[in-house]
Amino acid sequence: MAQHKVNYTQDGGLPVALTSIDKIVNWGRSNSLWALTYGLACCGIEMMASGASRFDFDRYGTIFRASPRQADVMIVAGTLTKKHAEFIKRLYDQMTEPRWVISMGSCANTGGMFNTYATVQGCDRVIPVDLYLPGCAPRPETLQYGVMLLQQKIRANKAGNAQKSKRLM
Amino acid sequence: MRAYTPKDDVQAKAYYTDRFYVAPQVPKQDVENDEVFAADLAAIKAKFEVSDAYIQVSNMVVYINAKDIYGVLELMRDELDYTQLSEMSAIDWLAKDNTFEIFYQMLSMKKRKRIRVKYFIENGQAVDSVEKLFRCADWSEREMFDMFGIEANNHPFMKRILMPYDWQGNPLLKTYPLEGDEFAAWYEVDKIFGKEARDIIGPEIRDTARVDRYDSERFARLGFEVPKGTEITDDMPRTEQKYQEDDGVFLIKKYDKESSVIVDDPQR
Repeated sequence: MAQHKVNYTQDGGLPVALTSIDKIVNWGRSNSLWALTYGLACCGIEMMASGASRFDFDRYGTIFRASPRQADVMIVAGTLTKKHAEFIKRLYDQMTEPRWVISMGSCANTGGMFNTYATVQGCDRVIPVDLYLPGCAPRPETLQYGVMLLQQKIRANKAGNAQKSKRLM
Repeated sequence: MRAYTPKDDVQAKAYYTDRFYVAPQVPKQDVENDEVFAADLAAIKAKFEVSDAYIQVSNMVVYINAKDIYGVLELMRDELDYTQLSEMSAIDWLAKDNTFEIFYQMLSMKKRKRIRVKYFIENGQAVDSVEKLFRCADWSEREMFDMFGIEANNHPFMKRILMPYDWQGNPLLKTYPLEGDEFAAWYEVDKIFGKEARDIIGPEIRDTARVDRYDSERFARLGFEVPKGTEITDDMPRTEQKYQEDDGVFLIKKYDKESSVIVDDPQR
């Protein structure tokens, strides 16, 4: 409890802020982007570094969650194999809307150097992707910048609109 | 006249082949040169048929019959102190004589020696599992089954280990393309969305250097940018963009592509 007496009328500063629903919803969404822990390969190390104290994702409200049901953004960090493709689709379906996907690194973007039978040539063949981060592996700064870009994207859109899926189904 | 050869795709082929090339062979030594190996070989020969044996890079290579493998490895493990199976797999010789060569690399920590036991099987023939002797053979034989399609009899769980269970094809066969066959190319699409989604999702793009110059949504051609989403047509003027300030920066001269000279005279 505040011990002092608050003068609400001082400086004309009533504790009221006027905004639009869109803005406040988007403000909430963009500043609490909980990311699904999805380290598939070496990009996962960079993703972990981004979450750790040096780069400190918590500053953006990006906290890694181990469950898709608590996550807003899936950071596909690493090589997506064909064996794993069905699981990434299932985890994506389990995430609650609105949901976003960051494809991190060459392997997740295009299959990268794994031009082989066992690698999905870009995770956008399975799930819709919002943001592609180049690099092999991208530096944590790149991922931070990517998250900030995603925040901008979220703020730019109307909050009420249901997400249009990029691919079918 | 020289016979005509198609000139397309020549860079993908070997640039130069030596007609008189002889593949280097690792020298083979007689088993009698090493008394430990000689004694081991004599012990194996006493019970089983050995078709060939030699020493190569201080490893003894022993060729046996396919049906004897369990007995040979049991003898080596229990009586000859070769207590470890380092690795085992197959070699694809299908193109040469329709056979697989199966090898078992054995290690004796006591004698500090290694023996490679080998045999040939026909294509389609199964091998005897040695999983009861060496637990590590469990996964090795599953991998052999996965990669070559060679089944192991009496194996407790003869299923694929690396590829998904519903995979078709054996990726380590020399006839299997590295980029996968038709089944592999559509595997995830067929499995997740069904075959009817093939048209929507489209084939895999495996050319990593591919840039679609008509795509202004995802690509920006450096120096020739257009606003995002612009419809690009063939007869569009390619206006080059320059990014540096027109005046340049202090002490730095602006690079002008038009007035640049290509120096092709090495004496200049």
